[in-house]
Amino acid sequence: MFDFLDSGQYDVLGAFWVTVQLTLYSAAGSLIWGTALAGMRVSPVPLLRGFGTAYVNLVRNTPLTLLIIGCSLGLNQTLGIALGGSTFKEIGFRLAVLGFIAYTGTFVCEALRSGINTVPVGQAEAARALGLSFFQVLTLIVLPQAFRAVVAPLANVLIALTKNTTVAAAIGVAEAALLMKEMLENEPQALFAVFAVFALGFVLLTLPTGLLLGWVAKRVAVKR
Amino acid sequence: MSSVLYDTPGPKAKVRNWIYSGIFVVLFGLVMWWALSLMGEKGQLDADKWTPFVTDSQVWTTYLLPGLLETLKAGALSMLIALPLGALLGIGRLSDHAWVRGPVGAWVEFFRAIPVLMLMLFGNALMAPRFLDVPSDTRPFWAVVTGLVLYNSAVIAEIVRAGVQSLPHGQSDAAKAIGMRKGQTMLYVLIPQAVTAMLPALVSQLVVILKDTAIGGALLGFAELLSANRQISANYSNTIPTLVVIALIYIAVNFALTSSASLLEGRLRKSKKSTGAVVGVNDVNDMATGANSGGI
Repeated sequence: MFDFLDSGQYDVLGAFWVTVQLTLYSAAGSLIWGTALAGMRVSPVPLLRGFGTAYVNLVRNTPLTLLIIGCSLGLNQTLGIALGGSTFKEIGFRLAVLGFIAYTGTFVCEALRSGINTVPVGQAEAARALGLSFFQVLTLIVLPQAFRAVVAPLANVLIALTKNTTVAAAIGVAEAALLMKEMLENEPQALFAVFAVFALGFVLLTLPTGLLLGWVAKRVAVKR
Repeated sequence: MSSVLYDTPGPKAKVRNWIYSGIFVVLFGLVMWWALSLMGEKGQLDADKWTPFVTDSQVWTTYLLPGLLETLKAGALSMLIALPLGALLGIGRLSDHAWVRGPVGAWVEFFRAIPVLMLMLFGNALMAPRFLDVPSDTRPFWAVVTGLVLYNSAVIAEIVRAGVQSLPHGQSDAAKAIGMRKGQTMLYVLIPQAVTAMLPALVSQLVVILKDTAIGGALLGFAELLSANRQISANYSNTIPTLVVIALIYIAVNFALTSSASLLEGRLRKSKKSTGAVVGVNDVNDMATGANSGGI
């Protein structure tokens, strides 16, 4: 039943490795971009707050597929932006990562913002009384506490991102979902076996993430 | 306005805010100028690329509106099927019997862990002539609905569970005290209240479903809103304007749903008639491709 795995025709592990790489690069990028967005949304400058709010509301309500296809059709094929990639494979991968960062950053921002709300007002007031500037209050006092409070929600964002990376199949990035599509077309008789293999792969990717980060969340939570 | 992080700005802070605003405007302007000049270079800003959306009503009647209709149809149908299914799964997960709770829990966790795209591909292969033999012109639609139902019924099961668990203990205690059986307690006391409590989370789940239909358009050939982009840009060679217009339609529809969800949540939280239990837009521990942002 699983003989398609031995034929050497399909590189299942390789496809899942691309999925993992997409996830890791996008996760790192979205963490940075999401933190910057959250900083804008809580900043004292009204213009920055407005930009942050508008960005989050616009991008969050746009389908991820549209963003990814927009990166490929719009940025690459129409405007000729290749993000420094030279081969088709490289360009597709980088554009997909860009799309994931733009999308996932909004969820990181919202998670972080709700974490900032859990920090008691007294903390920031005390910091201001010491004469710290907004930037110092944010980076030294509030964000470290906020990050510790949002490990669990960020784990959910990471799990959702792992599943979302399959959308990169829409622009031909050779990750797990694209291979599954190809295998289902070539081996229609093995439908349930193929599905089982890929489903298992995703359970193995997402389950440990949730368990590990759930444990971390309990360890680092600020006791109040 | 004062907040946790900063005081009401005084004269010095006001000047500083203006300086920061200025720097931001310059940076943002530079990025926009770069993007627009690049677009202008490739002719994407030419008037005839954008005017079809205003002058040529066929763009709307032939491509965009039918696409939007398919998107809404698939979304509404998936919601209608996933809702009762999710309710059953959610109640099953709350069962007192381990032999019900266990398998239902495994089912829910399994389908939550798998990308919705893979479920759609599975649905598509399942409807091939070899198995269910659905006619090939409606197959993409049903494949998308299958994927959305499998995934979202699992998410809705979690919403239902959160809804029932958010009710005060006194509710089931009181039901027990007047001699109701477990089934009656669930059916007459807990579920009706949980349904109201869940409404905001369910509305925001609709946004997730609507956004996910676009996956079917890109990978299964489902003729929904996003896939209209191919025909329109083939006719007018205006890729970027088309994508922008389609994005704006999605944003308008989804924004309306999102704001009605938070409006509903606010009303339910304030209303004195209910028990006060509300499963908020952010309370569900699942982001999906999601409208929910992780709450605390």
